[in-house]
Amino acid sequence: MKQEITVALAGNPNSGKTSLFNALTGLNHKVSNFPGTTVEKKIGYSKLNAETRAQIIDLPGTYSLYPKSADELVTYDILRNKAETNFPDLVLFIADASNLKRNLLLLTQVADLGVPVILALNMVDLAERKGVFYELDILAKELGIPVVSINARNKEGISKIKNLLLDESKHKKVTYFNINQVDQNLLNEIGEITDKKNPYAALQYAINAGVYLNNKAKQINAAFEKYNFNPKQFQELEILQRYKVIDEAVRLSRRQKTNHVIKNITQKADVILTHRIWGLVIFLSLLFLVFQAIFSWSAYPMDLVEMGFAWLSETIEKSLPDGVLNDLLVHGVVAGLSGVIIFLPQIIILFAFIAVLEDVGYMARVGFIMDRIMRPFGMNGKSIVPLISGMACAVPSIMASRSIENKKERLITILVTPLMSCSARLPVYTLLIGMLVPETAKWGPFNVHGVVLMAMYLLGFIAALASAAVFKLFVKTKGSAYFIMELPGYKLPVWNNLLITLYEKGSAFVVGAGKIIVAVSVILWAFASFGPRGNMRAIDQKYATLAMSADATVSSEELAAQKSAERLQASYAGEFGKWIEPAIKPLGFDWKMGIALLTSLAAREVFVGTMSTIYSVGGGAEGDDLNTIKQKMMAEKNEKGEPLYSIATILSLMVFYAFAMQCMSTLSIVKAETKSWKWPIVQFVYMTALAYVSSLIVFNIFS
Amino acid sequence: MKLSELKFNQIATVKAVHGEELSLKLFEMGLLPGEEVELENIAPFGDPIAIRVGEYKMCLRLSDANCIDINVK
Ligand SMILES: Nc1nc2c(ncn2[C@@H]2O[C@H](COP(=O)(O)OP(=O)(O)OP(=O)(O)O)[C@@H](O)[C@H]2O)c(=O)[nH]1
Ligand SMILES: [Mg+2]
Repeated sequence: MKQEITVALAGNPNSGKTSLFNALTGLNHKVSNFPGTTVEKKIGYSKLNAETRAQIIDLPGTYSLYPKSADELVTYDILRNKAETNFPDLVLFIADASNLKRNLLLLTQVADLGVPVILALNMVDLAERKGVFYELDILAKELGIPVVSINARNKEGISKIKNLLLDESKHKKVTYFNINQVDQNLLNEIGEITDKKNPYAALQYAINAGVYLNNKAKQINAAFEKYNFNPKQFQELEILQRYKVIDEAVRLSRRQKTNHVIKNITQKADVILTHRIWGLVIFLSLLFLVFQAIFSWSAYPMDLVEMGFAWLSETIEKSLPDGVLNDLLVHGVVAGLSGVIIFLPQIIILFAFIAVLEDVGYMARVGFIMDRIMRPFGMNGKSIVPLISGMACAVPSIMASRSIENKKERLITILVTPLMSCSARLPVYTLLIGMLVPETAKWGPFNVHGVVLMAMYLLGFIAALASAAVFKLFVKTKGSAYFIMELPGYKLPVWNNLLITLYEKGSAFVVGAGKIIVAVSVILWAFASFGPRGNMRAIDQKYATLAMSADATVSSEELAAQKSAERLQASYAGEFGKWIEPAIKPLGFDWKMGIALLTSLAAREVFVGTMSTIYSVGGGAEGDDLNTIKQKMMAEKNEKGEPLYSIATILSLMVFYAFAMQCMSTLSIVKAETKSWKWPIVQFVYMTALAYVSSLIVFNIFS
Repeated sequence: MKLSELKFNQIATVKAVHGEELSLKLFEMGLLPGEEVELENIAPFGDPIAIRVGEYKMCLRLSDANCIDINVK
C-alpha cells in the first residue's frame, strides 16, 4: 500500500461531509444545518495506521456533476480532471440515509468517471426515526461497492472507514450508466476534443464546457450539431436511467418498520415558523432579541475587560520610567487596544446567535420566508443567508453567495452584502449610541440601546435592498432564476463544536483586530505626537514662558492639557486632519474624526481605538476606559462653543459608518469572487458616495 | 392538475415537468415522474411553497410549481 492516499469526500449538500472530515482530520471546519455550507475545497490529513496517512479533501456538496452554481463547480473541477494534483485515488461518498435515493444519483455519476468509490451511509439515526433502515450487504451487492453506516455527528464508524480506506482490494471501479447508447462516432470525436479517455467523462465535460467552461465550446457545439445530439435530452435520459438502477438497489435493501409517514417535529415546527403571520413575527422577534442580548448580556463581561485594561495601563505607567516608551505603550497601544477588545463580548454574542440559527436549520427557513420579498430586488431567498451572516462579517458571507445559481442574483448579493452592518461596526455604533442615549434608558422592558442598534441594522438592510434594486437595472446577465432549495430537518446544535467555533472566532477577532490596532496605534501615536520641528518647538516655548509667568487663574494641569491639545493640532496627524477637514466639514465632522476615518480603512473598529489614542495623546489623560473616551468626546466643543458631538454629528457619523466601504478584506474577496477589478471598484465608489450623501442629508436635517 | 394547485393533506404523484432547464434541476433533486409529493407549507406572502418530495422537504416558487403536472391520489 502507498504511504499516502488522496481521498475526496463527495455527496449532496448537507449530507455530513464536513462533519466526517472533521472527525477524520481533527480539524474544525464549518458545519451547519444548511445545504451549501462548504463552498471551497479544504484539505486535511488523517492517520490511517502506523505507515499510512490519507490526504482528505472536503468538497462543497452538489446534486449532480452538471454544476449549476459556483460552489458545485468547485467540486466538479476537482473530480473531472485526472491531471489535477488533488485528483483523488478514491472517493468517499457520504449519503444521507434518511433520503437515500436522491443521494445515490450523484454517487453513480462519480463512479462512472472511473474513480473507485466507497459509500458511507450517514444520518442512519434520522432514517431510523422514520422507521427506515438498510441491509448493508444487500445494498453493497446491488451497487457493487463497499458500504458502511456511520454517524458523522457523533463520530461513530470512523475506524470502519479507516479500515476500508486501507484495504485496497475493496477499492473498486464500477459503472452504472451504459454510455454505448450514444453514437460511437460522436464519443470518439468528443474524446479527441476534450482529450479524455473515459467516454462518459468526456461527454459530460463537453456538455459542461458549453455551459460553463467556455474553452473549446465552439468545437464541441459543432460536433453536437453534426451528430444531432441534444445535450439536455441526453441528461434527462441519463438521470432517468440512473434512477432506475438506484430504485432497484434501494427497493431490495430498504426495510421500513412502520408503514405510514409520521409527521415529524420538523413539520410541526414549520407550521408555526413559516406561518403567514407568526413566521414573520417570530423572525423579527428573534432579531430583536439578538440586539437586546448584545447589550444586556454583555454589560458585565465588558466591565471586566475594561477593568483589566485600566489595571494594565496603570501598571505600565507606574512601572516604566517616564518617557517615549511609556507614552507610546499607554497612550498608543493600550489605549487603542482597550478601545476595541472591550467589544469582544458583544461580538461573541452576535456570532453565537447566528451560529445557533444556522445549526438548528432555521436559516433555510428564513430564505423560504424572505424569497418573495427579495425577488423584486433582483435577489432570491438564498441571498438572505449572506445578508444575515453579513451581520457578523462580510468576507465569508460573500463567499457563501456561491450557492446562488443565477449569476445576476449572485453578483447583486455580493455587491450589497457589505451594506449589512458587520460586527466591526458594532464598536462604532455602541460608542456613538452611548453618546446619544444614556445607558440605562428603557422603553418598557427594552433596552433603548438595543432598539437603536436594531434600527441601524435595519437601515443597512433597507439600503442593501434599495441598492440591489438599482443594480438590477444595470447588471446584465441572463440565465433563468429559480429558488429550489432543500429544507433540512431541524436539529439540535452540537454545543461542543459551537463553543470551539466561538472560541476560534473570538481569538481571531482579538488577534486580527489586535495586530491591526497595535500597528495603527503605534503609527498614529507617532504621527500625533510628532510634527514639523519648528511648530512643535514654538508651542513648547510658548508654554514654557506661560508657565514662568503663570498667573493664578490657570492651573498647571489645565496648561498641560492645553499644551497637549495644541501639540496634537500641530502634529503630522493634526495636519492631515486639517487638510481633509474641508471635505468632511459639511457632514459635521472635525479634523479628529477625519483622522479616524483614515485609520478606519485598516478596519472599521479602529475608529474607536483611534479616538482613544487621539484623546489620550491630546487630552493630558488619566484613565483610558471607554467612558472617559466617551466623556472626553462629549466634552469637546466646536469653535462656536457648542458641543461638537451634537445629535446631528453623531447621527451623521453613524450613517457614514453604516454605508461607507472601509474594508480592504471585503474588496479583495469581491475581486476574487467576481474575478475582476470592476466590481470592487464599483462597490467602493457607490458605497462611499452613498455614505457621503446620506451623511450630508442627515446632518442638515438634524442641525 | 398542476403542483401549484395542490392543497394541504393531498398526496399526489408527479406526471411530468415542463421546461428543459427546470426539469433537469428538479430531476436531479429527486422530483421526477412517479415520485410522491405533498404540500407542507406556504410562505407568508403565498409564495414560495414547501413540499415533501419522496423522503425530504424542499421549496420552490409557484411559477415553477406551475410547470409540474401531477395526479392527485
Ligand atoms: N442526526 C445526524 N446529523 C448529522 C449527522 N452527520 C451530520 N449531521 C448534521 O448534519 C448537518 C450538516 O452537516 P455538514 O457536515 O455541515 O454537511 P456537509 O455535507 O458538509 O454540508 P455542505 O457543506 O453544505 O455540503 C449538521 O447539522 C450536522 O450536525 C448524522 O450522522 N446524524
Ligand atoms: Mg460541508
